This record gives sequence, structure tokens and C-alpha cells, in this order.
Amino acid sequence: MTNLFHLDWREGIREREAATLAAGDSVELTARVLTLRDASAARLAQAIERRESLPVSLDGQIMYAVGPSPAKPGQIIGSAGPTTTERIGRYLPALFLAGVRAVIGKGELHGHDMAAFTEGGAIYFAAIGGLGALLAKQIASATVIAYDDLGPEALYALDLVAFPAVVIIDRAGRNFHETARAAWRLP
Amino acid sequence: MTRDIDVAVLRDTVARLIVEANYNIPADILGALRTAIAREESPLGLRTLEQLVRNYEVAAAERLPVCQDSGVAVVFLEIGQDVHWVGGSLQAAIHAGIRAGTKDGYLRRSVTGDPTRRLKMAWEPASPDDRPYDVGVVHTEIVPGSGVRLTVASKGFGAENMSAMRMLVPADGVPGIIETVVETVERAGANACPPMIVGVGIGGTFEVSALLAKKAALRDLTIRSVRPDLAELESTLLDRVNALGIGPQGLGGRVTALSVNIEVLPTHIAGLPVAVNLGCHSTRRMTVDL
Repeated sequence: MTNLFHLDWREGIREREAATLAAGDSVELTARVLTLRDASAARLAQAIERRESLPVSLDGQIMYAVGPSPAKPGQIIGSAGPTTTERIGRYLPALFLAGVRAVIGKGELHGHDMAAFTEGGAIYFAAIGGLGALLAKQIASATVIAYDDLGPEALYALDLVAFPAVVIIDRAGRNFHETARAAWRLP
Repeated sequence: MTRDIDVAVLRDTVARLIVEANYNIPADILGALRTAIAREESPLGLRTLEQLVRNYEVAAAERLPVCQDSGVAVVFLEIGQDVHWVGGSLQAAIHAGIRAGTKDGYLRRSVTGDPTRRLKMAWEPASPDDRPYDVGVVHTEIVPGSGVRLTVASKGFGAENMSAMRMLVPADGVPGIIETVVETVERAGANACPPMIVGVGIGGTFEVSALLAKKAALRDLTIRSVRPDLAELESTLLDRVNALGIGPQGLGGRVTALSVNIEVLPTHIAGLPVAVNLGCHSTRRMTVDL
């Protein structure tokens, strides 16, 4: 089994820890993150490109690609697993330019998307897709901070607690989806 | 003898099924995941499978959507030719049922009314006279008798986006079919939320092959093709895609797909349409007879 790191990044990304994370490492992340969806990412990227003010500073931020389902009475948030990161790939360079340093999502990133991470010095974590009911229990608070009109695609701030994920793209530019597939491939 | 059925019954059944399907993963898929746990050799893959099973147990016990992507509702209706619908529009009743189930079940409104301009549109009609936009897709088929079989599926788009369709030619034959399926799964990788369910539609016309692929993706995993040669092809294709090494969630491993299901129909002597509709491990569906 690969390493498991308990990351307490409530005060922001700890650079020394971030630098030691390797593709394939498992983490349990405790941190405040901002949500990312097709519609909200498009708005943020457009504002960044036009040098307009942003609804929240992205400097040093972690973003989680998720569009939660509505909370039932008594719930903090509805089911809240990751969505496919590749769909927001074209917005990544702008987001990294604005200071985003880590993305949590699901699915593969190659080519330009992968290059955006290595050039931006950002880390890509994958959470398990289709784990929405369980992952909601690792979210201690959820607040809409912008783009309320987008419904499930609004920009939320979430407090993650021991949120499980795997490092896919590390600071050294390794891609775990590529190496894992090659390692387990049968002739 | 015609049989009258009130569309309100259909509306209420659609509403109930969409909620139950989103809270309860089908028993055959849960069974296949448990079998996969016994088969998976990769530590990360194994841990992933165990967490998926746990997610499904918790979602069912606490009545939560298994996934935030409650998808596009795909409704299949096999309608006996002696059935007569009363009480209003059949189509409107189905969409009203999807709306009601989505609301009552705290499911995400995942369908946009305008695919090109992404306009913000009201999900619910503002007044009874409004013609609201469709919130799902409906396939109807007329069959003999006076029964009605209703299937409601919730199709997430992580896997749907990675599906593919090719107009092969007769010379491509079975090797061409195998290549199409394996390449589609290889390209999909982690994006389709593996372990995935691979629906393969072969024959018909351009659009029918895609519909066959959808039916194949929604078929019970314990059922194999009735044609022995196709059942063997399903088995061969499952081995081939599992040999890719993608594994659960693309973290590497032996279990990339839970099943490959094939459906076929006659086609033109000049053609070989092949469609591959991918389903995630959470391919939600429920069927009842009215």
C-alpha cells in the first residue's frame, strides 16, 4: 500500500508537505476549499482574463470540482463527490495564474491539462467518483460565496475534514493515472 | 379489449422510481462489485471497491443519493398495443414525474433547458399553462398485449461523455467491433468512473445502434446474450478491457469493467454500426410493470 498523509491545511497549503507528496500517495485532507464547476470556472476564467475583480481571492487556494445535490433537512450538504476535471481543463491556466495551487476532482488529465499543472506548480488530487453519500460526511460546512444563480454550479466554500483523495499529479510532474495503468496492464 | 391507464399513475410511478433508483444501487451491480473485491489485486483498487460498496450501503440505509450526479433521467416505456392512456399527455406526465421525484428526493437538477446558449431557465413551470422544458429523455416502444413495462434510469454524464459511435463496414467484422470497444474504454479511462459497465449496440442504423448500446448498458449484469457466440464475445471483450490495467477509478488494477453487454439488430449489407455506451459503476435503473 502507498503512503497515507494526514494533511492539515486549514491555514493554507503547507509548502514543505506539498513538495514531498508523490503521485500515488493517499491523503486525508483537512482544509477550506472553493468549489469548481463548468459554469463557475468559465465565469472565473473570464474575469481573470479581463483583469476584473474576483468574488474571492484565488491566491493559494485549493479548488474542488463538485456540484453537490441539495441538502436534505438537517444535512450540511447533499451528496458531494467529485466531477470530471478534464471538462474544466481549458480554464486551468487562468485559475493557476490567479493563484490556485491544488485541484481536487476525478478523472484523467493529459497533454495541455497536465502541462498546466506542471507549469502552475499545482497538485492534482483525485477523489473517488460515485462516492457522494460518504464524501458528504467529510464536509463540515458549506457556504455559497458567489454565483448563487448557478444553483449546484454556484461557488461554495467548503470545509473538508479528513477528506480522502489520491495524489495524481505531483510537483515533480508525475501522473499516477499513467503509471498505474502501465503497471497493471496485461500483455 | 383496450385497457385504460391514467397518466397520473405513470407520473407518480416515475417520481417514485427516480428517487428509489438514486438511493438504491441495483442488486446485480452491488453483487458484481462484491465479486470484484474478491478479484482485485491492486491495493488502491481494492480499497476503492470497498469504499464504493460502503457508499452504496450508507446511501440505502440513510436514503441519500448515491452520487450527486443524478444524471439525465432516461425513461423506457414498453406499451402494450391494447393500452389507452387517459387523463392527459403521456409525455407531460413523465416529465412531471421526473420533476416531482427530483424535488422530493433532493436530487440535483442536472438538466439544462438550452444546450447551446446555456440559458438560465426555470426548471418548474411558472403557471399550469407553461410548456416547461423536457427534463429527461423518453423512449417508447409498442409491444403486443395490454401491459406496460416502465424503466427509469439515471444516467450520469462522466461515463456518457466518454461513449462513442462508429460506422464500421462489413470488412471490419468482429475484429473491428473488438477494436472499437477496447479503444473506447482505453480512451475513457478514469473519466468514466470505473469499474464501468460497457454497453455495446451493433447493427440497425446510426441512431438505433446508440439506443441498442444504451439498452445494453442498462441490462441486468447477471444476464448474458442469448446467442452463444455473442455471449462469448461479451466474455472476450470483458477480458480485453480488464487487461488494460485501468482498474477502479483509474488507480490501476484488474477490474476496469464489471460487464460487457451486447445487443444486436439486423443492419444494411453495406454497414456495421457499432455504438459503445459507457455506464459508471453507479448505473442507476429500476423497472416495474404497471
